[in-house]
Amino acid sequence: MIRDYAARSREIIRDEPGVREAVTGATIAFDEKRRKGYAEVDADAWRRWAEGVKNHTLTHLDHYLTEAEARLQANGAQVHWAADAAEAREIVIGLATRRAVASVVKGKSMVTEEIDLNPSLEAAGIEVIETDLGEYVLQLLEEPPSHILGPALHKSLRQVQDLFAERLNTAPDGDPDTLARAAREVLRNAFIDADMGITGANFLVAETGTVALIENEGNIRLTTSLPRVHVAVVGIEKLLPRMTDLAGFLQLTARAATGQPIGCFVSLIQGPAADPGDDGPEEVHVVLVDNGRTDVLAHEHAWEALRCVRCGACLNACPVYRQTGGHAYGHVYSGPIGSVLDPGLLGLHEAMPLPFASSLCGACQDACPVRIPIPELLLEWRKEAQDEGLTPWKERAALAGLASVATRPGLYRLAGRIGSRLGTTGAARALPMLGEWARDRALPKPSPRTFRQLWREGIE
Amino acid sequence: MKVAFFVTCLADHYFADAAADAVRLLRHLGCEVGFPPGQTCCGQPAYNAGRTREALRMAEHTLDVLAAADAVVLPSGSCATMIKKFYPRLAGEGVARATALSERTWDLAEFIVRRLGVTRLGDGLSGRRVAVHQGCHALRELRLETEPATLLEGAGAEVVPWDAQEECCGFGGLFSVKMTAVSAAMADRKLETLPDVDWVVSGDGGCVLHLDGRSRARGDAIEFVHLATALWRGVN
Repeated sequence: MIRDYAARSREIIRDEPGVREAVTGATIAFDEKRRKGYAEVDADAWRRWAEGVKNHTLTHLDHYLTEAEARLQANGAQVHWAADAAEAREIVIGLATRRAVASVVKGKSMVTEEIDLNPSLEAAGIEVIETDLGEYVLQLLEEPPSHILGPALHKSLRQVQDLFAERLNTAPDGDPDTLARAAREVLRNAFIDADMGITGANFLVAETGTVALIENEGNIRLTTSLPRVHVAVVGIEKLLPRMTDLAGFLQLTARAATGQPIGCFVSLIQGPAADPGDDGPEEVHVVLVDNGRTDVLAHEHAWEALRCVRCGACLNACPVYRQTGGHAYGHVYSGPIGSVLDPGLLGLHEAMPLPFASSLCGACQDACPVRIPIPELLLEWRKEAQDEGLTPWKERAALAGLASVATRPGLYRLAGRIGSRLGTTGAARALPMLGEWARDRALPKPSPRTFRQLWREGIE
Repeated sequence: MKVAFFVTCLADHYFADAAADAVRLLRHLGCEVGFPPGQTCCGQPAYNAGRTREALRMAEHTLDVLAAADAVVLPSGSCATMIKKFYPRLAGEGVARATALSERTWDLAEFIVRRLGVTRLGDGLSGRRVAVHQGCHALRELRLETEPATLLEGAGAEVVPWDAQEECCGFGGLFSVKMTAVSAAMADRKLETLPDVDWVVSGDGGCVLHLDGRSRARGDAIEFVHLATALWRGVN
């Protein structure tokens, strides 16, 4: 549950210290690669360009969605529209049932996590196998992803060794190559047996009706080419107008995510195999998912979060995310982007207190390839939360009190003297704010004389 | 040059000696320092909490108090950012006045390096090893990437690189009491990566209160020194 963020984050930090260690190490490594990747190009110019393309696309989304649909249909792909998660699940399960699908292989996809697809496929009697190595690990552990790009980055090597030793009979101290090979054995057969491949999409190009997918493991290439049916579940904000735009976004996204000039595999999918003898699936379906996105687009400020390309750079740069990983946040989109996107997708009430789960340090904004002003958007959500009375009344009263006092200098001086002196006493721990402060820190020591006193007496 | 000193709430009550050192330093560098007596809180706690109306009331009060000042200097990168960067966003009808004040307002290190053009202060810190905690607003809003370290070196100190130098300490005002466990873990990351130094120096009192409070709760023996005090010691 999102509303448990403060308690859940405390539990993770206290009870699972390995998570903080693994997440901090992995995100710092990702962030350093991102910095190098940016430094090799004129990253600021690229980012401004990407921001402009996304803004243009989002302000003409109806036009580009219509164009994409027409092009996909002309290519022989089938297009489906899903207003919400339930409709998206029904569409996919309907396709699977119609084609008598017994097993599904999946590429890593945040939107299918968002619509909670796997449990409904399984409830329909369909076997689902995640083929991204990190997702496969999490599927065995029955855990949701902790990070957009590295879903299992909160796990240590030791934990994966133990898991694979138990489930795949690998040696207890198998090195990463051995572990990957063991997973590959299982997954190769799954690809061959599967009737349907399900993926997300990094981009959907309107001009050509092209679903673009970036990856490093090759599992998405197999997921989209071996099974009889390929279903791409695509959020409607994934549109790009032209192939030339895609050329830029493929490079920028890879640099932001991992510092790579481009992903090891880029799959461009426009439709099914042209003739029965050709390689490729017999059917390609594109499910366009709204699920709250048009509400976000209509929001005065939050719409900027729809530029997001799901690279994970803001998570990697975020010192708040690093302490807990993604599970503390309680929703599929975690970290800085989750804290601005979730209130829009789920409703602010549902997403509280995520807009407050940030020190507003601004590291995310500097990392974002599409220049989403995350701290400003967090502040806008905080304003709405205050206006709607979603914050604790004591906090609202304290800040209203501060404003009353701070606009009356005489009163301010008096209150300051009392307040800072009170902070030295044991009684301060009973006050709501200082009590929370003192839970994890020593109380501050006030100066013996305030600066005002020193100034009055004369500073030599 | 005439300078209006805006002390900030935390420096007034918790870093009074550092604030006095900032005044001494400015006078030493040839400034005539005044202290507008009506000054109170810049309003950042309300702004960061999303209490825009309260923040605006405090901003308007501060704009009145500082209306006649030629230049305003603050011993805090964060409060300086509030006036320089966030008042113009808040101001509404008063945006012209807020923008004009923004252009006359400086963080202490920013003022010394960029406005006065001074980087050499003395050699009072020679032989002293220091680590710099870069406050987030000073670093990412005011882009004071090198100024604090330049001044410390210009006062004779050896500035020791720190892996987590640019990382947020976890203070974030209200954040430190709302999300206290994460906030404390962020401080731990700073403290765990700290190199062997005599002082940790920061131009932001809020960060120091939080880091020092956490470090004392852990039983560490780390000496935190406000940048103004460090630089004034460097002059002598």
